[in-house]
Amino acid sequence: MASLQMAALLSAPSTPVPSDRVRLGALRLSASSSSTARNGGALVVRSEAKVSGGGASARGLSLITHAVAEKAAAASSADSKPGHELLLFEALREGLDEEMERDPTVCVMGEDVGHYGGSYKVTKGLATKYGDLRVLDTPIAENSFTGMGIGSAMTGLRPVVEGMNMGFLLLAYNQISNNCGMLHYTSGGQFKIPIVIRGPGGVGRQLGAEHSQRLESYFQSIPGLQMVACSTPYNAKGLMKAAIRSENPVVLFEHVLLYNLKERIPDEEYVLSLEEAEMVRPGEHVTILTYSRMRYHVMQAAKTLVNKGYDPEVIDIRSLKPFDLYTIGNSIKKTHRVLIVEECMRTGGIGASLRSAIIDNFWDYLDAPILCLSSQDVPTPYAGTLENWTVVQPEQIVAAVEQLCK
Amino acid sequence: MAAFSAVKIPPPQFTTVRSSSQRPGSSPAHFAHSPSAFNSISFGSAKSVRSRPLFAVSSDVVSSDKTKPASSSAFIVNCDMIWRSRLVHCLVVAVTREVALELYEDMVLGRAFEDMCAQMYYRGKMFGFVHLYNGQEAVSTGFIKLLNQSDKVVSTYRDHVHALSKGVPSREVMAELFGKATGCCRGQGGSMHMFSAAHNVLGGFAFIGEGIPVATGAAFSAKYHHEVLKQSKPEGLDVTLAFFGDGTCNNGQFFECLNMAQLWKLPIIFVVENNLWAIGMSHLRATSDPEIWKKGPAFGMPGVHVDGMDVLKVREVAQEAIARARRGEGPTLVECETYRFRGHSLADPDELRKPDEKAHYAARDPIIALKKYIIEHGLASESELKSIDKKIDDVVEDAVEFADSSPLPPRTQLLENVFADPKGFGIGPDGKYRCEDPLFTQGTAQV
Repeated sequence: MASLQMAALLSAPSTPVPSDRVRLGALRLSASSSSTARNGGALVVRSEAKVSGGGASARGLSLITHAVAEKAAAASSADSKPGHELLLFEALREGLDEEMERDPTVCVMGEDVGHYGGSYKVTKGLATKYGDLRVLDTPIAENSFTGMGIGSAMTGLRPVVEGMNMGFLLLAYNQISNNCGMLHYTSGGQFKIPIVIRGPGGVGRQLGAEHSQRLESYFQSIPGLQMVACSTPYNAKGLMKAAIRSENPVVLFEHVLLYNLKERIPDEEYVLSLEEAEMVRPGEHVTILTYSRMRYHVMQAAKTLVNKGYDPEVIDIRSLKPFDLYTIGNSIKKTHRVLIVEECMRTGGIGASLRSAIIDNFWDYLDAPILCLSSQDVPTPYAGTLENWTVVQPEQIVAAVEQLCK
Repeated sequence: MAAFSAVKIPPPQFTTVRSSSQRPGSSPAHFAHSPSAFNSISFGSAKSVRSRPLFAVSSDVVSSDKTKPASSSAFIVNCDMIWRSRLVHCLVVAVTREVALELYEDMVLGRAFEDMCAQMYYRGKMFGFVHLYNGQEAVSTGFIKLLNQSDKVVSTYRDHVHALSKGVPSREVMAELFGKATGCCRGQGGSMHMFSAAHNVLGGFAFIGEGIPVATGAAFSAKYHHEVLKQSKPEGLDVTLAFFGDGTCNNGQFFECLNMAQLWKLPIIFVVENNLWAIGMSHLRATSDPEIWKKGPAFGMPGVHVDGMDVLKVREVAQEAIARARRGEGPTLVECETYRFRGHSLADPDELRKPDEKAHYAARDPIIALKKYIIEHGLASESELKSIDKKIDDVVEDAVEFADSSPLPPRTQLLENVFADPKGFGIGPDGKYRCEDPLFTQGTAQV
């Protein structure tokens, strides 16, 4: 069986992909955040191969580790338009641009978002299009400009605050925790704070400890805040739009290593649900819950697992706070085994909360202890080898599944 | 000594820096008093220079030229603008009878309300940290009574009186303090979090300094509405006032916001209520350069020092600063020398402040001073003022009764308002949004 290369993560696959690989459910043409009913499959995108009956045998369908451009687009199902291909950071920009066009109160604030176009080019070109006030280059004062975003959100604007690196938002913790999360409540509901706080985080390539932080674990306790993590161009754009349209403060976690992922996304407008998880690969044997970059490590491991005869169900939880207990629960009721794979530190991470939520809600359905693979509680080292050992690698995932399914 | 020493503007000097600057604002209708309303006031050269410990000095030099003797109660002005090319007026704070009575009533309301808070606290009707504003009324009244309804006020934990001056009904504030459901924040905020969307009071913040960026954001919003959304008003930009104390002026958020506000010329006024003490920390022991007004020019904005125990002087400075902001000329830093007659909070034993310092400021009680001014200038009679006192007493009594008889928040209120969109609580195991769960609306769901 093929050995898996980590390097394959971000490059195009060598094998052509099935033409209807990307199959989209019913597309929403306009956001309806007012609908509270869930449409089962409406917004779920399957970026991997189709389900193969009930059996676990891999029929040569490649389980690709990443969303790639669809080369053979011609034979797509007649329903969907061809769509267009772009990279994840472009998808974020597209979402942001569409929302800024649609609603003039949407504005961006952050360091180097304007003239520089954003350190990861998410806001490139927007300042030229919308002006310096709508795409505001701030001085280096995270706490204050985040607070400024909150103040403007309270007075009628819908700011998108960018942390150049999520780690920098530690400086804004005062504002995020005290004001962002709390003011709607302490004002008795008089002021809403429709702010989006976004930025790249996660472990990159030898960026050093401070630039490799995962803030989702620090922010998760803040009441009044919603947190989502994007992982593909499709969900990046959809979540960006949803976050901007939401009346709640939303923290959107992006990952430094995922900005260059390429995918074909629909031409039509779509908005995803902030609270829903994404079914990446349906399966029968074990539920693997993951988010952001670890999704790709999981899918990499899934290739190996399938070849070994396992049938993992992979769910990208996407919504880090609150958890989508429905999707997660349905999966557990089917597989009875759970593995959580995350990039946070073990202590107090998202996995820790998720484990606890699963135990509270689905204890009776579990046949084995919940395994949680997290990063080591270690400041991310600079050396490449050490860095690799702090985060979860596909081999560990394979071993964990094997252990769970014994 | 006259109750109010006149505001004196030193003849234009100096000018450090910023000489390149813009010509000071087009219309110097700096002091928008109609001449006919002027009352002449004798210029007391007033206050003797205090000995160092009670710092609050006013110096009239803006640049580093220290050769000028400090003269009391002079205006410090930033080289850059406004007052620079001012014709030397005898600056008299002209105030009509209506205005004087409005100011008087507002200050009396502030005082009476706070005194009642102390009573109620000791009777066990309100709890936690309660920070009273006694003695500082001139600052709140002097500034806030000049605002329109759409202007914003951002304060700190010492916010009861700012809310009252802005128009939040006493009933709502008192009920909030009692933790009742009829409070302005439904009992969820408390003493340190007075908010009112109707009156544009944006809080009430417990941590010092954290309201300043919020105020800066509100000012940014005002500018945005004007420039991007083209929703301009004939009177100019909506102004935001940020109130905070001397202790806050050593905090990073203060400096960061001074920078940003001036950078983008935001319509905000930073009002420093320098009462010399941050709980038990004397301003002089905490600050390398205690003259806070000077920090304005360091960022390119005017820095003004004013006697914060004198409501007419405060009002005059406020008028100018607000006018500047409305015209889009940017922020002003105003340092008000003031004093709190009570401790930092009702839990503070207040042992560190010296009796003679307290006595000095007690003698400058802003309400007594205004009363004296009103009577001396024949704007109203003693009995009219007494009837205002009585009226306010009734208002405060009524507020207490209202608060007392209001219901406590029910359990059902617990989970409301956590999110503006309650879908934020997520999707439950049954596939429905958690907020649709009836236990949720009863407030007993576990979240």
